[in-house]
Amino acid sequence: MRTGNSWKKFGIFAAFPLAVFAIVLVFPFAQGFYLTFTNWDGFEQTAFVGFDNYTKSFKDPVFWSTLVFTTKFVIVSLVAVNVVAFGLALLVTAKLRSANILRTFFFVPNLIGGVVLGVIWQFIFNTALVSISSKFSLPFFQESWLNQTTTAFWALIIVTVWQSSGYMMIIYITGLISIEQDVIEAARVDGASPFKMLWAIKMPLMAQAFTISLFLTLRGGFMAYDVNLALTGGGPYRTTELISMHIFQDAFAFGNFGTGQSKAIVMFIIVAAAALAQVTISKRLEVER
Amino acid sequence: MKASLGIAKKATFISGLIIAIAYFAPFVLVFVNALKPKYDILANPLAWPTQITWDNFNQAMTKMNFFRSLTNSVIITVLSVGALILFSSMLAYYLARTKSKFTKTTFLILVASMIVPFQALMIPFMSIFAQFVSLNNRAALVFFYIGFGVALSTFLYHGFISKIPMDLDEAASMDGANDFAIFWKIIFPMLRPVTATVAIVNALWIWNDFLLPRLVLTPETQTLPLSTYLFYGQYSTEYGQAMAGLLLAVLPIIVFYLILQKQFISGISTGAVK
Repeated sequence: MRTGNSWKKFGIFAAFPLAVFAIVLVFPFAQGFYLTFTNWDGFEQTAFVGFDNYTKSFKDPVFWSTLVFTTKFVIVSLVAVNVVAFGLALLVTAKLRSANILRTFFFVPNLIGGVVLGVIWQFIFNTALVSISSKFSLPFFQESWLNQTTTAFWALIIVTVWQSSGYMMIIYITGLISIEQDVIEAARVDGASPFKMLWAIKMPLMAQAFTISLFLTLRGGFMAYDVNLALTGGGPYRTTELISMHIFQDAFAFGNFGTGQSKAIVMFIIVAAAALAQVTISKRLEVER
Repeated sequence: MKASLGIAKKATFISGLIIAIAYFAPFVLVFVNALKPKYDILANPLAWPTQITWDNFNQAMTKMNFFRSLTNSVIITVLSVGALILFSSMLAYYLARTKSKFTKTTFLILVASMIVPFQALMIPFMSIFAQFVSLNNRAALVFFYIGFGVALSTFLYHGFISKIPMDLDEAASMDGANDFAIFWKIIFPMLRPVTATVAIVNALWIWNDFLLPRLVLTPETQTLPLSTYLFYGQYSTEYGQAMAGLLLAVLPIIVFYLILQKQFISGISTGAVK
């Protein structure tokens, strides 16, 4: 691009998208941060209240149990999604003639929004599995998994794995394919066992795929809302509310805009810190190997 | 040695098949039950239908206003994705080709903004934009999607444009072309692979988005995920109709995927590697 008439260039190429970005994202973010220090009730603010909204948020026992529940959910879903996705990627790249069809099947759940997936699985857990259980008198599924906090947690994990493993599988497939065949051939000649090959050769050479996939699942776990809403709705008794739903409920169902927004800022800080830590650690591992 | 390889291959194939069936079973279950009258579902949700009824589909289509929601979803997705392609590619070109402190900082802010969860904005969002939304909520939603999608899309384009040599621009500029013409006639056609990625990644997100439309749209302008959710909430005891509604909701995107499968897969892998 030529130098000179730089204002005109800015006007043509950048002004509109940057303005929209500022209006939609930057301004509400700054405004939201500012409002947590006032007595804002959703319509007007009349006074500064310092950290009151934050202290109130952290005194809310439901918020604490939500944070614990969300952390558990993020860790378990992160591990489960990535283990399954990596397994699927290995399966699909194992030079089967049916690889393309299998890949299609694994990927399809990912096309569908969390809300629709959630209600499909609600039917499965509430009706289909209960009916199988009574027909064959199985010991589990006698009662719907969604009625108990512990089993509802695992139901959330199952649906999340089913939904996102296909997407992460694609990322791992890309990583596996990018490894040069010479390296693998050389390791084979040296007599590396299949396990050693995977652990010492393939996985380090595709470390970037792990960085990306872990980042996406970490972020997705913290931000999960749709599946949560449609599958458990937070029940029984608000014990399966993930942080996103908790914030939504606090603000829009109970009208606590001040604490709702402070909790949202807390959520932002947690997500940013966790993602930053994960990417830094992963990048360091990428370089070391 | 060869025989054992053959067995290993068969074992992988069979385990793959079993997992594929498990992944697809929920859809089959929904389909089978969508064809049954209510009392058959209650008797046994797993049995094949003894008598097939298409009535569930008719009922679901009218009650969830299927064609209206489908039209809304298509309009909103197409307009948002089109606008994102147009504006992000131009912005990325500007940021990649103009080297200054301003463009560097702007790019960094865009990248950093991708970590901000929507939940951190949604509460002030509604009070700031309430009037704009009430004016025309579909236009407002498209405007919001441009704001939320521009960072990732620009980032994807930026990586690709940086690899295109500047000589191309300079040669065209010597021939008397202006910046606008250089971009649209020379650079943009070269961006086709990224454009496919940007289109697919954004289309999947916007088509399935729930939280933002839930806050913004009215009953007349509902998208498919919204009307499905509301319909299911109202008629969840009418199992057959609920299942038919779910099937209708997933059908468009699955058909779209089967047609464009190759682009989907390569789009996601290029998007992820960046």
